[in-house]
Amino acid sequence: MKLLNKWPDYYKKDVATHYCPGCGHGIVHRIVAELMEEMDLGRRAICVNPAGCAVLAYKYFDIDMIESAHGRGTAIATGVKRVKPELFVFTYQGDGDLSAIGTAETIHSANRGEHITVIFINNAVYGMTGGQMAPTTLVGQRTTTTPGGRNPKFDGFPLHITDVIAKFPGVIYAERVAVNGPAGIQRTKRAIRNAFQVQVDGLGYSIVEVLSPCPTNWKMTPEDSFKWITEVMAKEFVPGVLTDKRGGGD
Amino acid sequence: MSGNHTFGEAAIRAGCRSYFGYPITPQNELGEYMSEHLPANGGVFVQSESETAAINMVIGAAATGTRVMTSSSSPGISLKQEGISFLAGFQLPAVIVNVMRGGPGLGNIAPAQGDYFQATRGGGHGDYRTPVFAPGSVQEVADLTRVAFDVADRYRTPVMVLGDGMLGQMKEPVVFPEPISDFPEKEWALKGRGDGPSRYMASLILDPMEMERHNWELVRKYQVIAKNETRYEEYMLDDAKIVAVAYGTTARIAKAAIKRVRKEGVPAGLLRPITLWPFPKEPLQNLARRIEDFVVFEMSTGQMLEDVLLSLEGKARVAFHGRPGGVVPTPVEFARVLYREYQRQMRVNNETA
Ligand SMILES: Cc1ncc(C[n+]2csc(CCOP(=O)(O)OP(=O)(O)O)c2C)c(N)n1
Ligand code: SF4
Ligand SMILES: [Mg+2]
Repeated sequence: MKLLNKWPDYYKKDVATHYCPGCGHGIVHRIVAELMEEMDLGRRAICVNPAGCAVLAYKYFDIDMIESAHGRGTAIATGVKRVKPELFVFTYQGDGDLSAIGTAETIHSANRGEHITVIFINNAVYGMTGGQMAPTTLVGQRTTTTPGGRNPKFDGFPLHITDVIAKFPGVIYAERVAVNGPAGIQRTKRAIRNAFQVQVDGLGYSIVEVLSPCPTNWKMTPEDSFKWITEVMAKEFVPGVLTDKRGGGD
Repeated sequence: MSGNHTFGEAAIRAGCRSYFGYPITPQNELGEYMSEHLPANGGVFVQSESETAAINMVIGAAATGTRVMTSSSSPGISLKQEGISFLAGFQLPAVIVNVMRGGPGLGNIAPAQGDYFQATRGGGHGDYRTPVFAPGSVQEVADLTRVAFDVADRYRTPVMVLGDGMLGQMKEPVVFPEPISDFPEKEWALKGRGDGPSRYMASLILDPMEMERHNWELVRKYQVIAKNETRYEEYMLDDAKIVAVAYGTTARIAKAAIKRVRKEGVPAGLLRPITLWPFPKEPLQNLARRIEDFVVFEMSTGQMLEDVLLSLEGKARVAFHGRPGGVVPTPVEFARVLYREYQRQMRVNNETA
């Protein structure tokens, strides 16, 4: 008999989640933990977690972890990977962390082609601090700091940072996916698997951007959040493979 | 060898296997030295995109138990402060070199000692201390860099070595200690969980009671450091009636000034703090039992002065002479101050007699 819904080895047991109902973080956590096991990475993995809702990721991932100051994850990951190339090193970052305060670290770690993997949770807001505007907030989207909706005249346009770094020669694999239903979750797992494999194969930098629901700050039900990703967010941030320089494809 | 190159060579001989930094004058020769010699010794050199990135790369390397160094000069050290606070919170060992220059702001690239407060008062946010070593010669750069790595590892703490543009650029003969590479296993280091339990390096402690416990735990560590690692030099103190207090480059100038005034019959001596934190408080207090006059010399507007005043607790007169902004004072200038203060002491004593 095959156990279909096995608890992943690298996901801690008997812990209550602090993520809100319908939050995308929990779903992506589960995927990462499953891949740690399926790809036999958990024993040599180091996860760098962010300042953001996922600052508490260590409560769930049962692998070695180090916390980062807001936005500095890929610099820390660089330090770990350069001195211990045998370790499997990935960061887990939000859109504020990765594409606002950590933009320089994101761009330069990608441009150096560091052999790290970046899991980028794009939920179009600052979740942890209560729903302020993020660089990825959509035009017209209401947040606590854009009460009238994001106005490009004052607030700029949504930042497509993954598209930017996908052009770098050292960025071997970049894909944007969406946690918006079973098919999207399957695709997310496949993308993260590909990205992890890039590092396993010693090819260079890989990143997966995940459009991820934040029902709490979007003030929507989990169901409506999935719908909003499909109907609104994915129109601005179009899912797909942004670069694949592995040779051979997947 | 120049002070900057000596920092690098001493670090490599101390088993440093990684360096992350961003160019800034007057310490560029240190990073350049590392870019050539670290990879040749099986180490890692990365020129980062900023000092902020550099100190975070340091955090990553330190977390794996690797001996790691970064260096900068004043403006760049300001950018590293967030990371130094995290190193203190994580209890990670690392060596940070600051080759100070004039400030505030961009200031200039001349030697200065204006970062004393920043170095000894934590510098970044939160309740922590950083051991600070202040070499006074190129030979001492070699010796104290080794000590800095050992202290960092022993107490799991970031350690700063505080020099200035003069010390960095100056060339002197130097004898290096033998290289070491065998270190005791760092059980706390992250290396992937393997078959053991997973570990987590955190500075986030949401429960205030637990955070307070962590704070006091750090304090207990700092008390042990203060007890075991405080260093200072006594110079011509045996018969001294007036004592200069100065560190680093300023202490060298003070020594030359003391030789000068002694020829004029002024019995001057020097107490040179080698660790700025922990500050050699007790030696100063002991001196105050027989010395009435102290003169603090700094290339700043008066920062270490506050530690001297705190140490002496009003038990002696304290004069101050400072040259901030990158001005390097001369021995003649210091000699004049010592002479003047000693004359005043004699006058006061005659009046009360
Ligand atoms: C230097 C610094 N500035 C600000 C903060 C406050 N802060 C913590 S998380 C965060 C934003 C989190 O948003 P995001 O990265 O999108 O993650 P999410 O919570 O949405 O997953 C901010 C502003 C901080 N911790 N450190
Ligand atoms: S605030 Fe948003 S991102 Fe944070 S846990 Fe709740 S739903 Fe998830
Ligand atoms: Mg976010």
